Amino acid sequence: MKIESYVFLFVGFFFGLVGLVYWLLSYEDAGSTMLLGTFLLGSVPGFYYLWWSRRMSPRPADDPNASVEDGAGVVGAFPGSSIWPFVIGIGATFVALALVFGAWTLAVGLFLVVASLVGVIYESRRGGLV
Amino acid sequence: MTPAAYRPVVLDESPEHEHGPSGLLKWITSTDHKVIGKSYMITSLVFFLLAGLMAMLIRAQLANPDSTLLSQHTYNEMFTMHGSLMIYLFVGPVAFGGLANYIVPLQIGAPDMAFPRLNALSYWLYLGGGSLMMTGFLTTGSAADFGWVAYAPLSNSINTPGAGPDLWIVALLLTGFSAIFTSVNLVSTIYYLRAPGMTMFRMPIFTWNMLVTGILILIAFPVFTSALVLLWCDRHLGTHIFEVSGGGVPVLWQDLFWFFGHPEVYILALPFFGIVTDVIAVFSRKPIFGYRGMVFATISIAALSTSVWAHHMFTTGVVLLPFFSLMSYLIAVPTGIKFFNWIGTMWRGSVKFDTPMLFAVGFLVTFLMGGVSGILLASPPIDFATHDTYFVVAHFHSVVMSLVMAAFAGFFYWYPKMTGRMLREGLGKATFWLMFVGTNVTFLPMYLVGLKGMPRRIAEYAATDGFTTLNRISSAGSVLLFFSVSIFLVNALVSWWKPIPAGDNPWDASSLEWATTSPPPQHNFLKIPPIRSQRPVWDHNHPEDRIIEREGPRLGALVASAGGGTVLLDEVGLVGADTIETRDPDR
Repeated sequence: MKIESYVFLFVGFFFGLVGLVYWLLSYEDAGSTMLLGTFLLGSVPGFYYLWWSRRMSPRPADDPNASVEDGAGVVGAFPGSSIWPFVIGIGATFVALALVFGAWTLAVGLFLVVASLVGVIYESRRGGLV
Repeated sequence: MTPAAYRPVVLDESPEHEHGPSGLLKWITSTDHKVIGKSYMITSLVFFLLAGLMAMLIRAQLANPDSTLLSQHTYNEMFTMHGSLMIYLFVGPVAFGGLANYIVPLQIGAPDMAFPRLNALSYWLYLGGGSLMMTGFLTTGSAADFGWVAYAPLSNSINTPGAGPDLWIVALLLTGFSAIFTSVNLVSTIYYLRAPGMTMFRMPIFTWNMLVTGILILIAFPVFTSALVLLWCDRHLGTHIFEVSGGGVPVLWQDLFWFFGHPEVYILALPFFGIVTDVIAVFSRKPIFGYRGMVFATISIAALSTSVWAHHMFTTGVVLLPFFSLMSYLIAVPTGIKFFNWIGTMWRGSVKFDTPMLFAVGFLVTFLMGGVSGILLASPPIDFATHDTYFVVAHFHSVVMSLVMAAFAGFFYWYPKMTGRMLREGLGKATFWLMFVGTNVTFLPMYLVGLKGMPRRIAEYAATDGFTTLNRISSAGSVLLFFSVSIFLVNALVSWWKPIPAGDNPWDASSLEWATTSPPPQHNFLKIPPIRSQRPVWDHNHPEDRIIEREGPRLGALVASAGGGTVLLDEVGLVGADTIETRDPDR
C-alpha cells in the first residue's frame, strides 16, 4: 500500500510546489486556486493511504513472493447483474433534460432516480434481481 | 497451462446469473466489466463513425473555394460536433470506458471492477449524455455551434441562443460524471483488487497508465463540470460570471476550460501510450525496455500536463508566458524518454509486423509529428504567429490521429481476447496502410496551409487566397481515411460470418489477460499462473526465458533508464533497465 500512497503524495507534493511558484510569479487567482485544489486532491488521500499502510496487515498483492493461494478466501461481493444502474441513468438523463427545457421531465427523472436508489438498497440487502 | 492455483472465491450477489437474463436484457442489466466495456467500445465507435462523417462533410465543403455546399451555420455545427464527438465521446471513453474497463481487471487478475454497479451507471450516463448531445440536431435552432471549447462570450445566451447549446452543456455534465465514476472505479480496482504477487511494479504499463489517467480525470473533470454549471447559470439564471457587462471575466472560462482541457489531452493520450507499450513489447518478444523509466515518465507527463493549461491562451495577453512556455517544453523530456524506451524495446527484438504492431509503429511516427509541432507551439512567438490557423489544426490532428491508430492497435491486439475470433490480417494491413497514408495526406498539407495564413473555423475561402490546392489534397486524403475505417468494419463483419478461432493466447503475449480463456468467463479467471515478474504468462510458457528480478529498489537503474544511459552501459537488446533475463537456474 506504500507505493499507492506515494503516487497520490507525489501529486500533492508536485502541485504544492508548482502552485507556490505560480502564485509567487503571477498573483493570479483562478490558476492558483485550482492548483491549491489539486494539491489537496493529492495530499489528502495520499496521507490517508500512508497512515493506513502502516496500520494494515500486509497484503499478498504487495508481496513479490506471494503465491496465488495466499489470496484464498472471499475477495468481495460482485453483483452479476442489476437493472438499477440503467434506471438511474435514464432518470439522470431526464433530470438533465429538465435543465434545458425546464419541463415535466424533472418529475419523471427524480422519480426514477429515487425509485432506483430504493431499489438498489433492497437489492444489496436481498441479493439478486429485484 | 499446467501448475496454477485456483482463484479465490467470489461471492455473487445474484446466484441466478448463470442462467440469468439473456439477449437485450443481458446488455441492459449486466454489471460485468467485460459486457460494459464492450458496450462502451461499440457506442464510442458509433460516435466515431458519426464524427468521421461530419469530417467528410467539412472536407467536402473545403475542397473548393467559395463553396456553398454547407451554410456557414451548418459548417459551424459540423466542426463543433465533430470535435465534441471525437474528444468527449470517442477518444476518451473508448480508452478509459472501453478498453481499460475490459482489460485492466484482467491484467491485474481481478474478478471484476471494484464497483460493478457504479461501472454500469457510468456507461448509462455516457450513453444518455451522448444521445442528448446528438439530440441538438433535432431542435429547431441547431446543435451546438460555438466550437468544442465553448469560449465565453460566444457561448452566452445572446450569441448562441437555443436548446442545442444547452443540450451540449448538460450532455457534458452527464459524461463528466460518467468519467469521474469510471476513474474512481479504475483507481480502486488497481489499488485493492490485484492478485497475490501482482505488486505495483509488476503491473503492465497499460494498467499503470490507466491508474495515472484515472487520477488525472479526478483532477481535471470536476473543474470542467463545475465550469459547465457556471456557464449554464450565466445562460439561464442571469448570473454574469463570464460576462463583462455584469462585472464577470470572460477569460476565466478559458482558465477553467483549459485547466480541464490540457489534462484532457493526456487523459486521451496516456491510455494509448500504454497500449502501444504493451503491443511493442509483445511483438518484439522482449520485456519492456526501461519499465520503471516508463512509469515515471507517465507520472511526469501527467503532472506537467496539469501545469501548462494557459499555453492555449498565450494570445490573450493575460498569462504568465515564461512559466507556461517552460512547463510546456518540459513535457518533451518524459515524452522523449518514452520514445527512447519504445525504440529500445524494439531494438534487437525479433519484431513481427502483425497488424497491431503496424498500428503501433504508425502511432510512433504520427505522434512524433504531432509532438514536435507541439514543441514549436509552446514557444510564444511562434504561437502568436500561428494561433487559430490551420497549423494548430494540423498539430492536434496529428496527435489525435496517432491516438486513433493506437486505438486500432488495441482493437486488433485485444479483439481475439474479447471475442475468441481473429480479425483478418490482410484486411487489417489494408486498414493500416490506408489510415497511415490517409492521415499524412490529409493533415500534412494543413501545416502548410496554416503557415500560409488560413484561419481555423472558416466555412469558405476565396480562390485568390492560394489555399485551394493544399485543401484539395487534404480532402483527397480524407477519402482514404473513409475507406480505411470502412475496411475495418468489413473486417469485423467477416470475423462474425466466418470466424477463425483465436485460442487463449494467439500473440504469445506476456500479461495476465492472456492466461484466461477467450472470451474470459464470468469473474475472469478459473486459475491464474504464479506472478513472479512483469510477464507472468511468458514466464509460464517460456520458463527458459524467465525474468529474474533483482532485489530491492535501484535508483541508479531508474536514473540510467530515465537518462537513456542504459543503452551505453548494458548490451542493448538483452537487458532492460531494471530486469535481467537469465537462464532458469533450475534447468
